[in-house]
Amino acid sequence: MEKKGWFDVVQSSYVWKSIFRHEYQDTYRNRVLQISTNVFLHLHPTKIRRHALRLRFTWCMGGITFLLFLILTVTGVILMFYYRPTGEYAYHDMKYLQFDVPFGMIMRNMHRWCAHAMVIAVWLHMFRVFMTGSYKPPREFNWVIGVNLLVMTLMLSFTGYLLPWDQLSIWAVTVGTNMGRATPLLGHEGPFAELLGVDARYDARALLTAGRLIGPATLLRFYVLHCIFIPLLAAILMIVHFWRVRKDGGISGPL
Amino acid sequence: MAQSTITADTEDSGDGTGDRSDGAKVKERARTAQRLAKAIPDKVHTWPYLVRLEMMVGTAVMAFVTVWSIVVDAPLEEPANPTKTPNPSKAPWYFLGLQEILVYFDPWFAGVVLPSLMIVGLMVIPYIDINPKGNGYYCFKDRWFAISTFLFGFLGLWISTVIIGTFIRGPGWYLFLPGEYWDVHKTQALTNVDWSTFFGVASDTTAGFLIGAASALGFLIGPPAVWWHIKAVRRKDAFFLQLGKLRYWITALLFMSMMGVVVKMVLRLAFNVKYIMLGPYNFNI
Repeated sequence: MEKKGWFDVVQSSYVWKSIFRHEYQDTYRNRVLQISTNVFLHLHPTKIRRHALRLRFTWCMGGITFLLFLILTVTGVILMFYYRPTGEYAYHDMKYLQFDVPFGMIMRNMHRWCAHAMVIAVWLHMFRVFMTGSYKPPREFNWVIGVNLLVMTLMLSFTGYLLPWDQLSIWAVTVGTNMGRATPLLGHEGPFAELLGVDARYDARALLTAGRLIGPATLLRFYVLHCIFIPLLAAILMIVHFWRVRKDGGISGPL
Repeated sequence: MAQSTITADTEDSGDGTGDRSDGAKVKERARTAQRLAKAIPDKVHTWPYLVRLEMMVGTAVMAFVTVWSIVVDAPLEEPANPTKTPNPSKAPWYFLGLQEILVYFDPWFAGVVLPSLMIVGLMVIPYIDINPKGNGYYCFKDRWFAISTFLFGFLGLWISTVIIGTFIRGPGWYLFLPGEYWDVHKTQALTNVDWSTFFGVASDTTAGFLIGAASALGFLIGPPAVWWHIKAVRRKDAFFLQLGKLRYWITALLFMSMMGVVVKMVLRLAFNVKYIMLGPYNFNI
């Protein structure tokens, strides 16, 4: 007679049976149903090509990028409960988060480090996709969407950089947005801008920073961009990106 | 079993049996390949195989970022103070490659046009690369030009300038070795010259501007035009004819722009060249 393992003992217990009405039978039909009847899992096809499991082929970087985006969404929403994007309060709320809010510090750390990790993961994902020639037909357009998602990732990270409202953030954003004033035609120090007559108050940079200086108005603008506008755009692009992976024949592989 | 069939075939081929048995061997090999394909199905169930893998990788990533967040705290400096400029002032690390390029170009190019070219250049890759090989697997030989160009741009320019900007640029954006004392008063005497002065012409004159513009345009257009003439016009190279003029020129201009950045860096570092061309309305390269 076969010896019963601890899992068998648990499974045959009265409590277990009260929770799970019948056992899971590992049949082809059930394997397919697990995917197709689950709202989250049916992002996947029910069957995939064998090489899609090989980490040496995929590096799993697309999935990791998406996971990091989800972690950033959760930690970001938690941070939003405690943070006010105004000149008076922003920095104090950071201190409050770090020293007084339970688990505030680890939420902030996770948000920041996952943001950095996401930038790297996107780069590695694109690197892998390029090296395997996966942008080739029929996946040309999904690569274009992917490049737009790269831009969204960098913009999310950049707008978030200002929010702590400390010396690091204000000057990094100053250096970054100063490029805007050199935009050809549309920035007040850019080539041919004189011809259009733009000035420091009304040019490409002022549109981004809400005025001539990085001030409270910039903070609010970056906050809205960071928490609402860009995440929504990125989410829409991600939906299209994942959809296209399916519609273009699943992940790439040798033909 | 299947392996031994193939080996037996290969051994047979030495003994000079004619065309007929070669044909039979080819058929036998085709049958073997079919048998192998059936024995190892190409598709597997997502549940449990992929879901299990995702679960494991996801758990590992979450464990990693949790430990990272417990061990290392995110930085928080003094409150924002618009009247106190730190030296150096650095952009976020992923933009430091572009900030590094500011040493060699004016902001309109380094901060606006170059990044736009990079984004557009990345987006057009699938439409200019008509090479059907290397779709869905790693290889170098079949697409050496695409891979070399990409690796040079990504690792040689982007990643390396990010590393330089992050780790070895200090006060005044001077180079400091890691661990070297950051002297905020460091200055280096530099006598910058413009490109046209090598021809004895001042750069802020019309003649200087024309020399600069001709050099820049000549660099962008000249070598690709010669290459097109050799490959497509004279040799009627099938690949270039299939590529077509439009795709060729988009590829060539993007490629030469990337190389132009490198050329300008070399000219600046070796000969202190500040501007190739000094144009009107701040239009300088």
